[in-house]
Amino acid sequence: MDKVMNIRNGVILTFIITLLLPFIVQSQYVLHVVTMALIWAISVYGYNMNVGYVGSLSLAHVGFFAIGAYTLGLLTVKAGWNFWLAFMAALVLSAAIGFLVGLVSFRTKGHFFAIYTMCVGFIIYLIIDKWDSLTGGVRGLIGIPHPAPIGPLTFDTLTSQYYLVLFFLAVTILVAKRLLHSLLGRTFLAVNNSEELARAIGISTRKNQLLSFVISCFFAGLAGALYASFVRFIGPDIASIVLGFEMLMYLIIGGIGTLAGPLVGTLLMVWLTQSLQFLQDSRMVLFGPVLVLLVIFYPQGIVGGITNHWRKRRKRSDLKHSESKLPKQVPSHRVNARR
Amino acid sequence: MDLFLQQLLNGLSTGSVYTLVALGLTMVFGVLHIPNFAHGAFYMIGAYVTLTVMTILGLHYWVAMIFSVFVIASLAVLSDRLVYHPLRNASPLQHMIAAVGILLFLEALAQVLWGADYRRMETSYDDVVHIFGLTVTEQRLLILIAAVVIMAALHWFLRKTMIGSAIIAMAQNREGAYLVGINANVISVLTFAISGALAAAAATLASPINLIFPAMGNLVIMKAFVIIIIGGMGSIPGAILGGYLLGVAESFGATYISGDYKDMIAFVLLVIILTVKPTGLFPGRVH
Repeated sequence: MDKVMNIRNGVILTFIITLLLPFIVQSQYVLHVVTMALIWAISVYGYNMNVGYVGSLSLAHVGFFAIGAYTLGLLTVKAGWNFWLAFMAALVLSAAIGFLVGLVSFRTKGHFFAIYTMCVGFIIYLIIDKWDSLTGGVRGLIGIPHPAPIGPLTFDTLTSQYYLVLFFLAVTILVAKRLLHSLLGRTFLAVNNSEELARAIGISTRKNQLLSFVISCFFAGLAGALYASFVRFIGPDIASIVLGFEMLMYLIIGGIGTLAGPLVGTLLMVWLTQSLQFLQDSRMVLFGPVLVLLVIFYPQGIVGGITNHWRKRRKRSDLKHSESKLPKQVPSHRVNARR
Repeated sequence: MDLFLQQLLNGLSTGSVYTLVALGLTMVFGVLHIPNFAHGAFYMIGAYVTLTVMTILGLHYWVAMIFSVFVIASLAVLSDRLVYHPLRNASPLQHMIAAVGILLFLEALAQVLWGADYRRMETSYDDVVHIFGLTVTEQRLLILIAAVVIMAALHWFLRKTMIGSAIIAMAQNREGAYLVGINANVISVLTFAISGALAAAAATLASPINLIFPAMGNLVIMKAFVIIIIGGMGSIPGAILGGYLLGVAESFGATYISGDYKDMIAFVLLVIILTVKPTGLFPGRVH
């Protein structure tokens, strides 16, 4: 029982710290980095809802991030739309394109799906890079406005933008939590564990895979739109597959399929990247092998590993208490068993 | 007409490079069922090793190529033993993530060792040859010929030697191969060595007409994936056919449609093919 209290207290403490962060941290630079990390985290949460919950590895996730960013950028800069209207349009368009892509791509399976989505992601990148007259090509798109004020709330300062991003991250986490513990989330898990078994009990695997894919694209678009309005400059680099791999790495390190994993992984990796700044682009010399080692020895990531450890310990202590009643150990069931 | 033949020739030489890369990829996939995303990084390191050996040791182009072939073959074997072998019972997702890890590592390593700027490989074969009214650089002709020689050697190895047959047996039926006593470890090491060697040879052949930089493998590996899906995952004739087809299609696309979008041809082609036929053009055929 006290274990549960610990987790809840931890969550409350984390929430209070994040709320008070602009007052604790005086440096604008640190606040800027943290805000960026929270934007990445939103995208990684979206990724998790597809890769982690349903188990289909899409390599086009970063493409939908870019679609969100460029939709907001183009509609505000070139078409002169109202910010929040363009923001909504960015979310709707990411999800809609995600729906169309998912409709076709889920006809393929396994490796084919990964390669198919990789090609889709690369086509998105090439369109942004080559369609000079619309997207500005390699020069990028500049002068994207800050979020427009809502009533008395303005978003001109860094602190206010931090709270805006924090608000959207909180919404994302709530959705991720609701999803994981709902019937839908359990259905996703069933599809993840075994497509054949899921079909056997009457679950439409295609429909659920598509649904999770669209949700994940929606959050990628959300993160992209926030990124565009925060950084105010976007280039084709934000659609590059390398950035997609980086998001995947955040997810794997934090813990794939877990609720806290995306946040833990993203914050940790952004912090590490900042502290290893002298390594610059060669930081992957370090992170690449870490990723490989993690996949081999610790595939559940940090959060998944700790959760498993706790679960085992609790089971052991439970067994000790009821030893007289339960002479034989019950085979422990792995929730996240893979095919 | 001249332009047509000229572009056909250019397309075939580009296609030769694609074919060699795709062959390695398709063999690893056919035998071990691993989509080796790191294959493009092997290709890139192969080019750098050749370049370094040529500039520092002053070795001849072909000697440098052989050196590079051995280095990359060992690198591929190392990645198999250290990464893919421990993961042999893991999920496809884990294979792909591990491959991404290797890819990121090798790309960053190249950046540390050789810098991020574009490099050019000198060649003694940049004279222009005229055949049948077509102008072509010697290097492009060499690519064409060398690729055919390498493929013929590979064919001979797979068809006429005992160990080559074992590789094919393993690709056709894993359990059956185990039953007749084929050693899976030996086959896996050998397949990775061949795939690395092919990548290094392709990179060395292509480098004098392209540029060398840390991300040079990314586009090539993505196209190689497209090729092996078009030709059937694991099919060797399919990879050869697909490689040449893509090379020619790109060359014509650049001439007759748009040079800017020539890299998109492969991906649009793949999206169309998988949309119509989700299992690829030649599903389940392994040769």
